[in-house]
Amino acid sequence: MQPTNRSSRILLPVKFWFVWLSLIVAVGLRYIPTGLLPAVPDWVALVLAFWCIREPLKVGMGTAFLLGLLVDIGLGAAMGQHALAYVVIAYLATALSRRVLWFPPLEQALHVLPLLLIGQMLMVLVRLVAGAEFPGWWYFLSSFSGAVLWVPLTFLLLLPQYQPVERDEHRPI
Amino acid sequence: MSLVGHQAPPIFRRGPTPLARLILLVSICLAMMVADIKFRYLDVLRQGISVVTYPLQMAAAAPADFVLNASHYFATLIEVQMENAELRRQLLDAAQLLLRFDHLQRENEQLRGLVQMAERVPLKSVSAEILYNAPDPFARKVILNRGTQHGVEAGLAVVDARGVIGQVTRVYPVQAEVTLLTDKNQAIAVEVVRNGLRGVLFGSGQGRLEMRFVLAGADIVPGDELVTSGLDGVFPSGLPVATVSRVERESQGQAFNSIACEPAAGIESSIQVLVVGRAELPPPPPSAQKAPAAPPGRS
Repeated sequence: MQPTNRSSRILLPVKFWFVWLSLIVAVGLRYIPTGLLPAVPDWVALVLAFWCIREPLKVGMGTAFLLGLLVDIGLGAAMGQHALAYVVIAYLATALSRRVLWFPPLEQALHVLPLLLIGQMLMVLVRLVAGAEFPGWWYFLSSFSGAVLWVPLTFLLLLPQYQPVERDEHRPI
Repeated sequence: MSLVGHQAPPIFRRGPTPLARLILLVSICLAMMVADIKFRYLDVLRQGISVVTYPLQMAAAAPADFVLNASHYFATLIEVQMENAELRRQLLDAAQLLLRFDHLQRENEQLRGLVQMAERVPLKSVSAEILYNAPDPFARKVILNRGTQHGVEAGLAVVDARGVIGQVTRVYPVQAEVTLLTDKNQAIAVEVVRNGLRGVLFGSGQGRLEMRFVLAGADIVPGDELVTSGLDGVFPSGLPVATVSRVERESQGQAFNSIACEPAAGIESSIQVLVVGRAELPPPPPSAQKAPAAPPGRS
């Protein structure tokens, strides 16, 4: 029961504080020291792409840049590395925002996967140019696990916007 | 704010177009990366913003700490007994060495006094524990549980029981980031124990070490032990670093040997480490006109 643009379910308007709370929580999840465990999804990129697709007028490239800097500092990565990837992800997600929501959830995930991959490829590219070591192909697994999480994430992040299913027949909205 | 791929009519248009904003932000990012990686200009900014991110980081590290402590708690009795026996054995070995060390140190001081050499620079050391691998997958770094509050400074050497494992590259109040020797951007000045031949050891990716800038005719064979030479003014001299595992003498036209080395310390595996450094700065190097600079000791 995922509301897309095709579904007849009407959502409540999004709350601004909830958008920011979810983004901050995503940054917190990103900070969890998982070491070099493969396939840990990039929570920030995922939640950011979600809000850029859902609310392209509220969350955009500026937000992405700020979050990217926070992640860069927290992870001890090069300053601007994640910021660059997130800005590009936000741009592409905003560009796709009118298209993606017409698809069922699984196909939405297929739209999101290339976004996450492009972000990771950008990061690999700039770090390789700067002389770092190639982290191995397992590095890209995290995009796939992120795309797999798209459907549960959609459900979770839209929870505050759902209305009760039992409706009054006389007042359909 | 206008959307990507959608031209708002002029009366609604606000601010630059998405493409212009994208280009602006991307160029800011690229400029920041160059300033950070190549010139390290942004360390002040990093320190400033890390004050904000620090509480979030601590909160995020809590579950990891919990898992770590729980796994320690549930270690089996047999493992602990085996470890205990091993430690007793090591203690005995170390005690025997220590007995002689006191004596030798006194003798060394007297001899140095006799030939009027400068006193050896005293060392300071902080014991620490490796918390976890740094989350940046492009570098080989680990995080220690000691920071500026415990006297750790950027540039100090980090050793385990068998040899050097790396160098402190960033310090936070209660944590420090150590770049391991196997990182591609880490270098360390070494010398061969057998004949004092000097060289520089670099990480070469995939957990291997490589000694560069050793002339093709130099006397170096597999099995040679490498220790820090102290010429970089950063690492104390005489710490074991690696063993030469393979020497490839290149064909004609190559000026340098290609030398692969095995680290002496458990670089990727040790948990308990010691941060050691010179208690005071070494004397300033002679000016550039008089002598060429010492071999590069990049940090």
